[in-house]
Amino acid sequence: MFSPDNLQAIWLTLRLATTATLLLLLIGTPLAWWLSRTHSWLRGPVAAIVALPLVLPPTVLGFYLLLALAPAGPIGQLTGALGLGSLAFTFEGLVIGSILYSLPFVVQPIQNAFHAMGDGPLEVAATFGAGPWRRFFTVAIPLARPGFISGSILGFAHTVGEFGVVLMIGGNIPGETRVVSVQIYEQVEALQFGEAHWLAGAMVVFSFLVLLVVYGSIGRHAIPGMRFGS
Amino acid sequence: MQARIFYTMAQPAGGRFQLDLDAEIPAAGITCVFGASGSGKTTLLRCLAGLDRPQDARLTVDGEVWQDENRFMPTHLRRIGYVFQDSSLLPHLSARRNLHYGRDPGDGADTADAVKLLGIEHLLDKFPRQLSGGERQRVALARALLSKPRLLLLDEPLSALDVARKQELLPYLQRLPEELDCPIVYVTHSPDEVARLAAHVLVLDHGKCIARGSVTDLMASRQLPVNAAGESGVVLETTITGHDADWNLAEAAYADGRMLIPDPGVAIGGLVRLRILARDISLSHAEEAHSSILNRLPATVERIEESPDTAMCMVHLRVGESTRLLSRVSRKSARRLELAPGRAIYAEIKSVAILQ
Repeated sequence: MFSPDNLQAIWLTLRLATTATLLLLLIGTPLAWWLSRTHSWLRGPVAAIVALPLVLPPTVLGFYLLLALAPAGPIGQLTGALGLGSLAFTFEGLVIGSILYSLPFVVQPIQNAFHAMGDGPLEVAATFGAGPWRRFFTVAIPLARPGFISGSILGFAHTVGEFGVVLMIGGNIPGETRVVSVQIYEQVEALQFGEAHWLAGAMVVFSFLVLLVVYGSIGRHAIPGMRFGS
Repeated sequence: MQARIFYTMAQPAGGRFQLDLDAEIPAAGITCVFGASGSGKTTLLRCLAGLDRPQDARLTVDGEVWQDENRFMPTHLRRIGYVFQDSSLLPHLSARRNLHYGRDPGDGADTADAVKLLGIEHLLDKFPRQLSGGERQRVALARALLSKPRLLLLDEPLSALDVARKQELLPYLQRLPEELDCPIVYVTHSPDEVARLAAHVLVLDHGKCIARGSVTDLMASRQLPVNAAGESGVVLETTITGHDADWNLAEAAYADGRMLIPDPGVAIGGLVRLRILARDISLSHAEEAHSSILNRLPATVERIEESPDTAMCMVHLRVGESTRLLSRVSRKSARRLELAPGRAIYAEIKSVAILQ
């Protein structure tokens, strides 16, 4: 069914999407919390920056990332000083690119869920004697669970479907940066339509199933932040 | 408890709201904060709880400073119980886990007592959304009792309930002062709840305290702004001194005498709070009237409140040394009876409401 090359690409894609999603939850949760609670003037600019990948062509994001990750770029100098070398054209570089690219898809549903719960439950918990950390972990996070579910699904699926950013900063190294979408591109370029069919068809089925889960079985009303497409 | 609060805040509708009061809240009995909506009652509670932060406040509870110029103790460190209008529970936890949230485990006996007192045994494994409004409030009250608060705050806990559920919850609220040895602040806009629950009253209007005192004094002096004049009346604290089983009556002693009331089922020595509405007291000179009236109390007219453009007037009466009554009669009757301050008269009590 799948050739070894294709299987390698699928495995790499799943590894990339899983890593990026886990890191996105770690980064996105505090960011979403801050965006949903702050009255700072910084809220607007930060929200706009988070949402930028929704409107920017992936090539623009990839271009600047490539410059930043290159040995002379700011991130490249940092990773060089740490003895890691440049992250351009590496799996780690792809993870960084995916995090930026999929950030709004994780942050916005979680932020909406935090916003929707209002102050009530948190105030009740405060009168029950719970401090800020306890309120966050025992009230805010459980109540925002639908937001976390949809954020994770969307972040994962969106990373799987990424192409432009990968091509710009990852290139096409088998087992390192050659993810499914790039593999399909390669096969089409090489006129291996049969191979490409398997992968492309699998992507269609996968994407359909993800959206079916999000919109269908869980119910669209239960999931905040689903008003934009993925 | 000593509270001095100055809080000014922007209102969503524009303009500013200012809460400015200085109050001592007694440690025993329920203190009702009474006022129309928008008078600042809820804001006062939120300031006491630390949910809102007044610019300038001095708040001392049980000798502990909760806020002054240098300090602001956050809500979770204040030992309070807070019952909101609705949703005083965490929606994602069962009633049982709500009761135990944030508490030291191990005092199971207390839990059993509180659960039994409020009759919520069968509700413990349900989630708040599966409970009726009245059941939720009972769980919230149990939770408040369990937390052994140093201050209990209740924000119109009956307002979201229908009449039947209100009647169901009132006895639990009336029992609170026996169960808790701390100041209890009860916010309401219902004169009926004030009459039933309050030992002390604080009347708020536009963020300012316009009257305060014991419920009997405030009711008798008509300082509670009650909408309908027909609702004016007094509250009497009485002790049951005897029963008349033949007629299902009981003898209730107030500060300056006794009267017969329908037997409330309270043993001798038990305390009963009565409310007598002004419209239920008529006046007469006749010493011996052949009428259905059971209670005829010798009284003295203290003053008459009247205005020329209404048919009725309010007569303030005194019985004995300290008991005060209100009677609402027509101005024509008042003239015919030649009512004037100092005049002796009989107050005929047509009906008495037993509040607790």
